[in-house]
Amino acid sequence: MTRVSFDVNGEPHQLELDTRTTLLDALREHLHLTGTKKGCDHGQCGACTVIVDGRRINSCLTLAVMHQGNEITTIEGLGSPEQLHPMQAAFVKHDGYQCGYCTPGQICSAVAVLDEIRAGIPSHVTADLIAPVRLSNAELRERMSGNICRCGAYSNIAEAIGEVAGRSA
Amino acid sequence: MRFEHPATFNPIDQLKVVGRPTSRIEGPLKTTGTAPYAYERHDVVTEQAYGYVVGSAIGKGRINAIDLAAAKAAPGVLAIVTAGNAGKLDKAERNPAPLLGGPEIAHYHQAVAVVVAETFEQARAAAQLVRVDYAPGDGRFDLAASRDKAFTPDPKIGGPADTAVGDFAATFAAAPVQLDATYTTPDQGHAMIEPHASIAAWEGDGLTVWTSNQMIAWGATDLAKTLGIPKENVRLISPYIGGGFGGKLFLRADVLLAALGARAAARPVKVALQRPLMFNNTTHRPATIQRIRIGADRDGKISAIGHESWSGNVKDGEPEVTVNQTRLLYAGANRMTAMRLSELDLAEGNAMRAPGEASGMMALEIAIDELAEKFGMDPIELRIKNDTQVDPEHPERPFSKRQLVECLREGATRFGWSRRNPQTGKVRDGRFLVGFGVAAAFRNNLLTKSAARVRLDRDGRVTVETDMTDIGTGSYTIIGQTAAEMMGVPLDKVVVRLGDSDFPVSCGSGGQWGGNNSTAGVYAACVKLREAIAQKLGFNSAEAVFADDVVRSGNRSVALAQAAGNDGITAEDAIEYGDLAKTYQQSTFGAHFVEVGVDADTAEVRVRRMLAVCAAGRILNPTAARSQVIGAMTMGVGAALMEDLVVDKRHGFFVNHDLAGYEVPVHADIPHQDMFFLDETDPMSSPMKAKGVAELGICGVAAAVANAVYNATGVRVRDYPITLDKLLDRMPDAA
Amino acid sequence: MRTFSYERAASPDAAAAAAGQATNAKFIAGGTNLLDLMKLEIETPAHLIDVNGLALDRIDATADGGLRIGALVRNTDLAADGRVRRDYAVLSRALLAGASGQLRNKATTAGNLLQRTRCPYFYDTNLPCNKRKPGSGCAAIGGFSRQHAVIGASEACIATHPSDMAVAMRALDAVIETVRPDGATRTIPIAELHRLPGDHPEVETTLAPGELITAVVLPKPVGGAQAYRKVRDRASYAFALVSVAAIVQPDGSGRVALGGVAHKPWRVEAAEAELPRGAKAVTARLLADARPTRDNAFKLPLAERTLSAVLREARA
Repeated sequence: MTRVSFDVNGEPHQLELDTRTTLLDALREHLHLTGTKKGCDHGQCGACTVIVDGRRINSCLTLAVMHQGNEITTIEGLGSPEQLHPMQAAFVKHDGYQCGYCTPGQICSAVAVLDEIRAGIPSHVTADLIAPVRLSNAELRERMSGNICRCGAYSNIAEAIGEVAGRSA
Repeated sequence: MRFEHPATFNPIDQLKVVGRPTSRIEGPLKTTGTAPYAYERHDVVTEQAYGYVVGSAIGKGRINAIDLAAAKAAPGVLAIVTAGNAGKLDKAERNPAPLLGGPEIAHYHQAVAVVVAETFEQARAAAQLVRVDYAPGDGRFDLAASRDKAFTPDPKIGGPADTAVGDFAATFAAAPVQLDATYTTPDQGHAMIEPHASIAAWEGDGLTVWTSNQMIAWGATDLAKTLGIPKENVRLISPYIGGGFGGKLFLRADVLLAALGARAAARPVKVALQRPLMFNNTTHRPATIQRIRIGADRDGKISAIGHESWSGNVKDGEPEVTVNQTRLLYAGANRMTAMRLSELDLAEGNAMRAPGEASGMMALEIAIDELAEKFGMDPIELRIKNDTQVDPEHPERPFSKRQLVECLREGATRFGWSRRNPQTGKVRDGRFLVGFGVAAAFRNNLLTKSAARVRLDRDGRVTVETDMTDIGTGSYTIIGQTAAEMMGVPLDKVVVRLGDSDFPVSCGSGGQWGGNNSTAGVYAACVKLREAIAQKLGFNSAEAVFADDVVRSGNRSVALAQAAGNDGITAEDAIEYGDLAKTYQQSTFGAHFVEVGVDADTAEVRVRRMLAVCAAGRILNPTAARSQVIGAMTMGVGAALMEDLVVDKRHGFFVNHDLAGYEVPVHADIPHQDMFFLDETDPMSSPMKAKGVAELGICGVAAAVANAVYNATGVRVRDYPITLDKLLDRMPDAA
Repeated sequence: MRTFSYERAASPDAAAAAAGQATNAKFIAGGTNLLDLMKLEIETPAHLIDVNGLALDRIDATADGGLRIGALVRNTDLAADGRVRRDYAVLSRALLAGASGQLRNKATTAGNLLQRTRCPYFYDTNLPCNKRKPGSGCAAIGGFSRQHAVIGASEACIATHPSDMAVAMRALDAVIETVRPDGATRTIPIAELHRLPGDHPEVETTLAPGELITAVVLPKPVGGAQAYRKVRDRASYAFALVSVAAIVQPDGSGRVALGGVAHKPWRVEAAEAELPRGAKAVTARLLADARPTRDNAFKLPLAERTLSAVLREARA
């Protein structure tokens, strides 16, 4: 057992955990923040995406004890059913989901993707590595590719993100 | 309510709520992570322990012995259940292979034990300490090699194994234009993102399972049967399902092992199938070999059409009914279809999105493209030329509605089909060879009983309860829309409660029958509720109008809240069907259009544009229906280009059994998708006049991709998936 | 996953020293591959040394005009670094072709180099695998080997190295800096870091037990047109069937390394002399001793055609 403390959605938490506990299982099984999903537990689907210190990661492939002092944002930290985050509202509006299971990961990823583009981080489809990165449908699709949606809502998800990006640009 | 005559005007036809594009009513829950899925129900019982599944390490054989000593001694372990200590287990008919294997092993990763411990980490570690001594046996894993030994099955669904009309053999032999080609489709996985997962809790003899299941009544029935307990003692609850696609139609190992583990540990137990276990442990869409022969006159009229199909399955498993659409889609006086089945010792093959047609259309719609090319005819025109408005095997049965031709024409216009160069390999865009492809879409419409209970409360709120499930299809919303339309209340005054075996038994989610049948069941219950309200108020129920939260008759009107009274009014009914599906052939139709770019150097295929046009009865919620179709189109791209559960024929298992090895489309694979519904109502299908659409969307997509690849490159690939290695040696020389 | 003890290291020297003292210790940084394998008990360390706190996350200019990349620099940050994008575009491109945004945010420079193979038989503990369990055999030989090595493989193992980044670094002649448990430091040219499988596929690098990678040094920029082309079945989030890292100079000379074809990034300097004669001549030398399986024979023409495309674009 190992102690670790970190903030989740602005709330400090102190946990005493089996060292083997992933950040994902700490959130879901210990803090009961079950909005973050376990799809594969091996970094192959993206359903477990959370934002740690401003960056999106797969919470299944990191140990909770490695996050001492970190600030973690999960889907629950973005908005609530009564007060949706603009990205959550856009997903509802554009029907950017079906079964809903990959959705929290898609939304966390989408929020971080727009930050990454703003920060000028290039992607595989960025044509010019030197010029400023520009938002496009191809950029969104490439950057979101770590979040698998087996229901196949991709086209709608891209539209939802595009709308939020347009609004916030 | 029995539905025996074509539907006439009814309250649904008002279309105040039904038929409107409507955001999912559960959307705010799903997008905020507050919709509760099975494994997450910390709220329902305390002291939940964790189960971890041990899968068979061999594809076929026997267990000599299991040594549990080390695992039992591991920290936190509460119980270990194996076939040896589980007590007597029965087997439901819907599970041809036992869910808990041993001593006989039916397939790789068949569950052989569940280890229950205080924590997930402890259960996972202890599971590795279970020592199983196997005696591997000789298994049969090779479909192609078994083809000659295949037998004629007696399918439970999808009609007989063989059909024949006229004289196929002679007509084909004499036909001036002939096509004879063989196509293969590989094993495919559902790969839904939520694994099969369950929490089981016993209270005395009563068992409650929070699970992820498409068919609640089947699940509850089969769990009771397997455990040998009365069905009344079992309750299944499944309000949210993280994808199913047919993979969660049946009782699976997570449910049984959670129940057995909970009994052994005397604690609630939760079990999720580990992702690397899922592909070999659960069901999959089985591989097929399909031979299609078409004979045609010189003017393009089909005179003979034959479709033979081979698939494999576990003992007592079903064939993949790939010939279904060939019995119905195109005219032709001389016809034959035949399905053969081999026993294989791979995991069970069973329904995956559009079982039968999805695989069958992958073959048939390439064959039609090949035939059109033999004539130098546009493939759309060939399809139109061979349209039929009656069941070609039983011409006395007309289609209830059939707008295939309209779908093809509308799609051609919208897609810009006239820009297609019929010569292959001629269109270049930078490094890409560009091609267009088309395919028909076809999927039968199935009618099945469905019940619901509806309650009007004193606050004027309407609550619908049915064991119907929402697997992403939009059931919550369309059921809510149906009740709102029927009862004359706004959608936000309807509460929809689904997925609980305490509720009336619905059709469940499968076979694209869920939308039409479950809402028809709600319609029936609402008709009864309207009658009960009218009766209570002394209104003539035939004249009562339900609108704007009020019921009116003549010059009297009463607010629904008031009509409900303090105790509310409840009604329950089911839709049941007469012979309309026998006298009329009920099917759904569409057309898929695809533009691909094939990298001239590497032969990588990337889809650039997609369009589907569908005619599938009344569209109850265009937003959700469109999503169903584009989602199915996405899965069709996977089938066309990448999805392939590869069989290791030596060891007898699917090798690439995780989401890195079994590739499904990602965002980057899918362009913007266009989708258009033709106006249609089908009064033969139900009072809703709707049909299924969720599976129609996948049928034909892969062939449209294949035909586009051919148009782009001149390379005809008949073995799915169309990966670059199958194109490379026939691509134009690299410049 | 077996139980393990866990410590956070305070310095590279201390980390290496701790690894020298503990039995069966592993360093953990991004964890994206190690934890994946620990869950399946393919990796079973008894002690984890968390090196994330070490100050190895900087990219600094070196005296001779190159770059020293700290071992903990995340793949995202390395790909996005302005100097890398300008002077080592092949590296930026390779990184961006790999994994997903989430994984690149976590994965580190050193960890990427030390990734283990994605061979499905390595990943399935029910099957024989000499890399996972020395002496047990190789189920990939005679099995499903579409992804596997076409060159440099052995009777014991036909696995490939999955990294994209390492292929670009091989083309750039990167040098690895390490510290050993006794505090000694050394440098290892990347060509000498990864091993071919031979009789011991379980030994994948030339690192000594407990040796910690502290940095990767890129020599001063070599200019030229730089490209990394990754070929795969789906458009993103997939390992390479074949990848080509190329640096082509205006005079037609250059460097070529391949990914997805061998147990290590595959570069044969002698083959680069053929560059003026085109892709066919280069790959004929580069893959001269190739022995593909039936499943992966397509990788030979694919490598040639991909290189051809890269050269054409580089010269355009």
